[in-house]
Amino acid sequence: MTKKPLISALTATALLAAGLAFAQSAASPVESLRGAQVDEQVAVEDVFHQDEKRFARSYRQQPPLVPHSIDQYQIDLKANRCLSCHDWTNAGERNAPTLSMTHYMDRNGAQLDHVAGTRWFCNQCHVPQADAPALVENTFESSGKN
Amino acid sequence: MTENNTKGERPGFFRRVWNFFTRPAVAIAAGTLLLAGVVLGVLFWGGFNWAMEMTNNEEFCISCHEMRDNVYAEYEGTVHQSNSSGVRATCPDCHVPKEWGPKVVRKIQASYELYGHFITGVIDTPEKFDAHRLDMATSVWTAMKKTDSRECRNCHDFEFMDFTLQENRAAQNHQAALDQGKTCIDCHQGIAHRLPEDYLNAYKDVAARVEGR
Ligand code: HEC
Ligand code: HEC
Ligand code: HEC
Ligand code: HEC
Ligand code: HEC
Repeated sequence: MTKKPLISALTATALLAAGLAFAQSAASPVESLRGAQVDEQVAVEDVFHQDEKRFARSYRQQPPLVPHSIDQYQIDLKANRCLSCHDWTNAGERNAPTLSMTHYMDRNGAQLDHVAGTRWFCNQCHVPQADAPALVENTFESSGKN
Repeated sequence: MTENNTKGERPGFFRRVWNFFTRPAVAIAAGTLLLAGVVLGVLFWGGFNWAMEMTNNEEFCISCHEMRDNVYAEYEGTVHQSNSSGVRATCPDCHVPKEWGPKVVRKIQASYELYGHFITGVIDTPEKFDAHRLDMATSVWTAMKKTDSRECRNCHDFEFMDFTLQENRAAQNHQAALDQGKTCIDCHQGIAHRLPEDYLNAYKDVAARVEGR
């Protein structure tokens, strides 16, 4: 029965912490998603265009950047348009680079004939690049020689 | 019944109707008759075409919830609804032929499809719609493949595409399409709506069937 006071003490601390957090969030003013008052004019952001070239990889395991538009391609539970060009069954005909073997290996290392579930959502790893200024400061250096 | 024809008695109803249409009119001048015919003809023709037009715009297409909640919702935000030039392709632009003959045929098919809406309710929930989507998509693909994507070509034409202004992939594929006699829908499925599971194999079957392979 020595556990009971301990549990009560823990609960009390947790409640106190939660209460403090709540009080703090209530103190700071709520900020809207667009970051401005409703009647404030917000200038439209500049439009930056996508870089459309084959990119060199900056480190050995890097998923290559996408050198073409991807907005128009559906990727969801039902269909994956990327595969209509990049899957090994279609790549030759569509003149696109074939997915490397890592995309056909499931998490137990078994080789599959169809793309692995872990690789279904391509844009989890592959992204296009635009000529936009960096959003945050970035000190990354390529591990490649260049 | 046959006594109707006996002399002196008034002919029966059907006989009178028959006579009305077959005997020359005596009481009305031929000119008046002709004029009435023309006026009626214009009215019917106008009414027919009016009905065709009334049922040939986006508003009508999405007046039923099946279209509004599924395909229309998906079409919103796609390049054919919102783009830099502000030119839009609406449902009938892609789904109803422009020429008169094929248009009437499509409208008659559409009346049959209404049977599904009112009587069987095959697609009256999003789940049912999805379950049925591959069938519907297949029939759209078949029609487009057969007509060499006629509806796309009402607006798009390889002749007037400047391949040098297109993305590399587009230019290369379009040149290949010209050389190999491919049609738009061969590469551009899912241009306005969400694709169902296993769509590519289904499309390949359609292509094989239509090309007679
Ligand atoms: C219409 C066919 C087509 C579709 C659809 C397509 N791609 Fe590509 N993709 C290509 C072609 C062709 C190249 C090669 C481009 C080049 O050489 O400039 C390529 C290149 C790439 C590369 C670069 C590979 C490398 O080694 O540099 C990546 C990554 C890629 N695609 C990812 C995607 C993703 C992700 C999608 C879906 C969102 C997608 N692709 C959809 C045709 C396609
Ligand atoms: C978990 C992250 C991840 C996902 C998800 C993923 N990839 Fe990759 N992809 C990589 C990495 C890492 C490489 C480079 C190393 C390699 O080839 O395995 C790569 C390489 C590629 C290449 C270049 C292959 C070559 O041999 O040049 C293409 C094309 C590609 N991926 C397309 C896709 C497509 C399309 C999808 C979606 C079906 C996808 N990837 C999903 C990580 C991923
Ligand atoms: C009413 C005219 C019209 C019809 C019909 C039409 N389109 Fe389009 N299409 C357009 C317009 C307008 C654009 C957008 C041009 C722009 O970017 O400003 C467009 C853009 C496109 C694009 C570019 C997509 C992208 O992401 O940039 C493709 C691909 C396309 N159409 C294919 C088709 C196909 C396939 C069909 C037949 C099923 C079709 N179109 C029917 C007018 C039409
Ligand atoms: C062999 C395959 C193929 C065929 C056939 C094909 N296209 Fe394309 N088209 C592509 C690819 C690949 C792209 C670029 C990536 C994308 O939008 O998927 C493209 C892009 C486009 C674009 C956007 C071009 C740009 O860069 O702004 C339009 C518009 C278009 N196609 C219309 C058509 C029309 C209309 C037809 C039929 C007359 C047609 N395509 C037939 C493969 C094809
Ligand atoms: C740019 C041309 C285009 C426009 C605009 C368009 N569609 Fe479609 N529609 C298609 C194509 C192509 C298919 C064949 C399936 C596919 O490839 O997605 C299709 C398929 C369908 C289907 C069958 C179910 C499915 O998802 O495949 C329905 C229903 C449909 N369209 C209704 C509409 C309605 C309603 C509108 C107006 C809101 C509309 N479409 C606008 C091209 C278009």
